[in-house]
Amino acid sequence: MTKTADNVNPNVYEKGSEREVTSAELDEDVLDDIDEREIFDLIRNINDPEHPLTLEELRVVEQQNVFIDNKQNLVRVYFTPTIPHCSMATLIGLSIRVQLLRALPSRFKVTVEISEGTHMSEHAVNKQLADKERIAAALENNNLVQIINQCIASS
Amino acid sequence: MAKLEMLQTLTGHKGIVWNASWHPHGKMFASCGEDKIIKLWNKEGEKWVMKTVLVDGHQRTIREVAWSPCGNFLASASFDGTTAIWDKKSGQFECNATLEGHENEVKSVAWSPSGQLLATCGRDKSVWVWEVAGDDEYVCEAVLNAHNQDVKKVAWHPSSDVLASASYDNTVKLYKEDQLDSDWACMATLHSHESTVWGLAFDKTGKRLATCSDDKTVKIWQEYNADNQEGVIVADRDSIWKCVCTLSGYHTRCIYDIAWCHTSGLIATASGDDIIRVFKEADNSDPNAPQFDLICTKLNAHSRDVNCVKWNPSGNQELISCSDDGEIKIWKLIED
Repeated sequence: MTKTADNVNPNVYEKGSEREVTSAELDEDVLDDIDEREIFDLIRNINDPEHPLTLEELRVVEQQNVFIDNKQNLVRVYFTPTIPHCSMATLIGLSIRVQLLRALPSRFKVTVEISEGTHMSEHAVNKQLADKERIAAALENNNLVQIINQCIASS
Repeated sequence: MAKLEMLQTLTGHKGIVWNASWHPHGKMFASCGEDKIIKLWNKEGEKWVMKTVLVDGHQRTIREVAWSPCGNFLASASFDGTTAIWDKKSGQFECNATLEGHENEVKSVAWSPSGQLLATCGRDKSVWVWEVAGDDEYVCEAVLNAHNQDVKKVAWHPSSDVLASASYDNTVKLYKEDQLDSDWACMATLHSHESTVWGLAFDKTGKRLATCSDDKTVKIWQEYNADNQEGVIVADRDSIWKCVCTLSGYHTRCIYDIAWCHTSGLIATASGDDIIRVFKEADNSDPNAPQFDLICTKLNAHSRDVNCVKWNPSGNQELISCSDDGEIKIWKLIED
């Protein structure tokens, strides 16, 4: 049985330009905090579970929805499902969370939530994504991890 | 003010350490976590040393361990859907019984004060009560489906067969066996938390219950019997539970565990902000509207979320904690 995508014809947007690496960033002696752009770079190329497009191209993630507080070690990412009844919202949020868990130093507390008012089950999805015990249990499910890895693997 | 002095940091688990449980005599404890291994630690002189490793009991994360009141049995609850019972009748610790029945992750396990009953709960929304039926034999007494979401924690009353459970559905429920038809039933639902309730702890009298939640508050609940002097109306039941105190504004992230010391009466919390906090009831506190003061804040107790806190049952003011950072720490509370 082939499952049709929830949103068969999503809007597709231009990819942003690559980030330019500055000379200060290459200098080992310069203290260089992680910034929003760097976090965005970690998640912009995550693949959509249903379309051969990235989360950036679908505007599911945008740099303006990424927040970091280096002093408090807090990272907060809001993502915007392409349609309010997207059944993939939890999987997309989980992929973002897993990518950041793997890529960021462990001192960071990562929160991944749906942009306010953009999904019918916003509260339920956010609660699930915030429950680290359920995330830990989900990540022991090999099938699910495989799907997440496929989303995260950037071409 | 009081302070928490760190006595020792114990490493050895790989990944998240979810839980630790003191042996009833307080000179030994068990720990468990993501690495599917149970470690038993003993005190040798002044130092804690890892003495035994229990492997191959579970296929997935071990979420919680609990010693029986007699100290001869250790129960372990796992994401693999089973609860294992370990004992050392043969001279060394072995798994001699496995309790099966939950559909998926078992989140918590607890022994009743008599040691004759065991409770488990899990993501399948159910709470199971098991009776110790004989040597390595456990019989399911009841499957309680009162919650409508993932059940995070079970805890028994300190002196009677009353069970409490905490859930992702934001409520706490209390159960007991009906003496007439010997059916277990939910006797109270405690509504007040605004998000997942992660932890539960009775005080030594069992008349009070402390709960902690993802809503960043701790709540103290008090039982009122039918003949209470305060005039609380108790209709059609033996007693009701009321929230008599909410500790808010102290925690900045989810509170994963709470421990109420039966010797000192102090309450400790484990939080996602990496902090261990200790609260003490004020001297002139009104029992019907108690006041609890924060007497200790241990910043950066761990480098990541604190998952568990437990007071040493011997009453020596020792506290154990474990964390996502893979470490277990032993603390001593020093009051002045």
